[in-house]
Amino acid sequence: MGITLDKISKSYGKIKALSNISFNVKPGELFGLIGPDGAGKTTLFRILTTLLIPDEGVATVAGYDLVKDYKNIRNNVGYMPGKFSLYQDLTIEENLHFFATIFGTTVEENYQIIKDIYVQIEPFKHRRAGKLSGGMKQKLALSCALIHKPKVLFLDEPTTGVDPVSRKEFWEMLKRLQQTGITILVSTPYMDEAALCDRIALIQHGKILEIDSPKMIVKHYPKPLYNVKAHNMYLLINSLNHYEHKHSVYPFGEFIHYTDSRKDFNPDDLKNYLEHENLFHVEIETTTPTIEDTFMELAK
Amino acid sequence: MKTQNVIQVEGLTKMFGDFTAVNAITFEVKKGEIFGFLGANGAGKTTAMKMLIGISSPTSGLAKVAGFDVYKETESIKKNIGYMSQKFALYDDLTVKENITFFGGIYGLSKKQINQKRSELVEELGLVDVTNSLVSSLPLGWKQKLAFSVSLIHNPKIVFLDEPTGGVDPITRRQFWEMIYNAAHKGTTIFVTTHYMDEAEYCDRVSIMVNGKIEALDTPKKLKEQYKTDSMNDVFLKLARG
Ligand SMILES: Nc1ncnc2c1ncn2[C@@H]1O[C@H](COP(=O)(O)OP(=O)(O)OP(=O)(O)O)[C@@H](O)[C@H]1O
Ligand SMILES: [Mg+2]
Repeated sequence: MGITLDKISKSYGKIKALSNISFNVKPGELFGLIGPDGAGKTTLFRILTTLLIPDEGVATVAGYDLVKDYKNIRNNVGYMPGKFSLYQDLTIEENLHFFATIFGTTVEENYQIIKDIYVQIEPFKHRRAGKLSGGMKQKLALSCALIHKPKVLFLDEPTTGVDPVSRKEFWEMLKRLQQTGITILVSTPYMDEAALCDRIALIQHGKILEIDSPKMIVKHYPKPLYNVKAHNMYLLINSLNHYEHKHSVYPFGEFIHYTDSRKDFNPDDLKNYLEHENLFHVEIETTTPTIEDTFMELAK
Repeated sequence: MKTQNVIQVEGLTKMFGDFTAVNAITFEVKKGEIFGFLGANGAGKTTAMKMLIGISSPTSGLAKVAGFDVYKETESIKKNIGYMSQKFALYDDLTVKENITFFGGIYGLSKKQINQKRSELVEELGLVDVTNSLVSSLPLGWKQKLAFSVSLIHNPKIVFLDEPTGGVDPITRRQFWEMIYNAAHKGTTIFVTTHYMDEAEYCDRVSIMVNGKIEALDTPKKLKEQYKTDSMNDVFLKLARG
């Protein structure tokens, strides 16, 4: 009941959106697709939900063949597109009923599945979708994708624009859905969410860079990584960017994540340099890489 | 240095029928400051921002933006600020070049100024090869960087950014913030909303809205001290569900 992809390719004119993509998502797995905008994630979702036909390759979803059994796929998957298709003139409640009806079910029958997310917007159920805040729309779209209790769930950036508390609750809900046996393929620009998946695929320019568990992906980070801090963030970024031995310089909250191009790098050299650049309170410490670091290194 | 208030807000309120979306908020923003305007979904950020940029009339309260009154001087406000909306920032069906020309025109730049700005911008942003491409064909991150530059095209005193980095990849998101830093360094005041808590750390001060009210306002450092945690994410989690 999982997903299998074998050598899937798709081009739009001269642009190769996906080239030779193969991987499997196990039944009941929570699988993440991580990649920048334009990497091909949405094309992949559209193919797997039978909205788009691949140029080459074969795939199955919940055991059904993409081309031969497309009707069965449509009845058994839930899809939340990145740019969701809510009816702006319908209220929250009407949108939800509408989606339940087209799949031949009712809101009452499957209320339990959507409850955690839906209760947050339920107080506004008579408000038209067009008048909801960005994140409220996102929650409604998700409820609509889930209301027919799909076997496989496709979520294209479901939490973009969603606030940190709701994101946390959303992922707790995904974990609970997973426990009921639903297979989930989710894409996200939030790297902290990637860490919550069973496995992730890092994808760029239509190709897969790496597939592994988040723990293993982080282990493959190639260099010692340092946290750097000083009295002024702006000056620190500029100075580091101008340092001749820098390999990468990325702001990370209150720190800068820094790697050096030299094999025999001594942090004291960097400290001296920064102090010469008139930075005070310079602190340099090693730190453990995150998925975000790994991703940026691979994407460089 | 940062003493002059460029935004001054007192008891600002917006009601839709009997629903209070923004509930008597009071704060000020200083010149050149990067002010993070945070809050949960539906807290009222976009609604408050719309009042500050003069496109939605407050129900009650006072606000001055760049020295102008949000009730009476909305035209002057629009000339002195830049704005990037949560959804719409550029015309997808116009080319890069056409967008710059269009917005330059709206902000009253002369033909000569527009031409000059246009070459500067495409050069700076590395968009030379795609000046004649439709904006819809650009990756989201490029679009957002272009939209930010366009919102600065008339050298506004303040720029309002509503979730400018939502969905943008990690590298481009950081490049975007370098652009924000550069603009702030030149004296432009930045008023920005975001749901990325690492970005909250890059702000001089942040406010956190809950159900229409500002529940906390301080530097990221002080907020973390106050809520006894080492991450803005935790501060947010503690506040946002009341
Ligand atoms: N024109 C309107 N009519 C009725 N209610 C509205 C209108 N505009 C906004 N609201 C409501 O006001 C509240 C605040 O919305 P707003 O868009 O300001 O939130 P936000 O903080 O920007 O949220 P997000 O982070 O999701 O963008 C929400 O409950 C929203 O549904
Ligand atoms: Mg908003």
